[in-house]
Amino acid sequence: MLEVKGLRKVYRSGSREVEALRDLTFTVDNGELVCLVGPSGCGKTTLLRCISGLLDPTAGDVRVNGQKVDGPPKGMAVVFQEYGRSLFPWMSVRDNVELPLKQKGVGRARRKQLVEQSLDAVGLTGTASAYPWQLSGGMQQRVAIARAVAYEPQTLLMDEPFAAVDAQTRADLEDLVRQLWKRLGVTILFVTHDIDESVYLGQRVVMLSTSPTVVQEELAIDLPEHRDQLTTRADPRFIQLRTRVYEQIQAAKRNAMQ
Amino acid sequence: MMNVVKKILLAIALPLTLFAGWYFLSADSESFYSPPLEKILVAFGDTWGLDRLRADVAPSVLRLLAGFLLAALIGVGAGVAIGMNLRLRAVTEPVLEFFRAIPPPVLVPVIMLFAGIGDAMKVIVIVFGCIWPILLNTVEGVRAVDSVVLETARSYGVNGVARITKVILPSAGPQIAAGLRQALSIAIILMVISELFAASNGLGFTIVQFQRSFAIPEMWSGIILLGLLGFVLSLLFRLAERRALRWYEGLRAAQRQS
Repeated sequence: MLEVKGLRKVYRSGSREVEALRDLTFTVDNGELVCLVGPSGCGKTTLLRCISGLLDPTAGDVRVNGQKVDGPPKGMAVVFQEYGRSLFPWMSVRDNVELPLKQKGVGRARRKQLVEQSLDAVGLTGTASAYPWQLSGGMQQRVAIARAVAYEPQTLLMDEPFAAVDAQTRADLEDLVRQLWKRLGVTILFVTHDIDESVYLGQRVVMLSTSPTVVQEELAIDLPEHRDQLTTRADPRFIQLRTRVYEQIQAAKRNAMQ
Repeated sequence: MMNVVKKILLAIALPLTLFAGWYFLSADSESFYSPPLEKILVAFGDTWGLDRLRADVAPSVLRLLAGFLLAALIGVGAGVAIGMNLRLRAVTEPVLEFFRAIPPPVLVPVIMLFAGIGDAMKVIVIVFGCIWPILLNTVEGVRAVDSVVLETARSYGVNGVARITKVILPSAGPQIAAGLRQALSIAIILMVISELFAASNGLGFTIVQFQRSFAIPEMWSGIILLGLLGFVLSLLFRLAERRALRWYEGLRAAQRQS
């Protein structure tokens, strides 16, 4: 279980203080797929960096299965928004996926197997010896997902992973995430600014306010388990839910203006 | 195929023209100090036989390589340490800039006092002269490693030695190579200069000997050999660089296209 309790982050530069996160509390159960959605500039990335142990919070804490996070936890993998900068251009796709495994001390045979399986799972069979920059944007983000999957995490954090790819690729990648989640049984926390995406993907949506950020509301997504880009998005319930999320985000922005 | 031939023709056209120009314009030269090129070429053949290559050119080249490699080792090592450590950089940067500003030839007499007039002195002079571009470029390259790259490495547990060898060094590679390239041409200059002061063999020493004994065509032939040596070394360096940084060329080509 991933627990975020009373999380607060204040950036200091000289005498100026910027409160990015005010007070965030929410939990994600093991095996759950939760989407975090909020207006742009609401500190989503700050929150994710605190959860992944890359940034120390000013107050409050993050716990994974009861263990307090201070530094990147072992069973956690992150997919960053900037796939072009997150993949190492000096390494082939294979080496990119394999390096974290080597660091974890996974044996050679098992590494080879994991690399192959994860590339197959994201639909990149046969690209192992290519360099990331030889692939399209969508394929590069698939490599980043394969790297995360091969790491065999219990928790997968995704920071607006599809913000920089085109709409059709995005739909494919959304379905890929749902499919991997069901197959691997991992806990996924998916951060996005796209309301439709959050409703389409999540079992639950946590809505954030504008900065300084608090949790605006949580909403369970009671759509059928099987989601489909055509039917799910046309489902009247989907429209109701997305309207509800949209209203909350607007309310958050209005509150900020006052 | 045609393209390669065309490229080679283009590359050698100007050198050939200059050479031919020199050859014909100097053909009737009566000047003692600038003899006809024909005479110089005859002297070249007579002077630079196997014996002389072994006795004078080989020691020069060995000292050059020893100095260059030592400078590369120390420069990259110290550069990585300084580049990764903010405080170390603040402390060392002014000192480094000062040392870099000292023209190495003035240090030859000083270094002679400590290291004598043997090979050690010459290697030290070369190291002292060509370490700076390597060191400063490495510092800059390490400092400029993308923050997303570093966070990715951290979140996937790529720490310690692997962080340096698999992430920081390759990422700084293009800039380190630029420093090495500058250093190589400085090393060649210092190889000659260190042999002008006190030496019993070497290319620079031999050329000065010829000049002092008024063996003018031989002196010119030595200068031509020096030019050829520099040319061959930089060609070899460029080949090695292109091999090691193939990913960088590809990445840049890919970025230009998009």
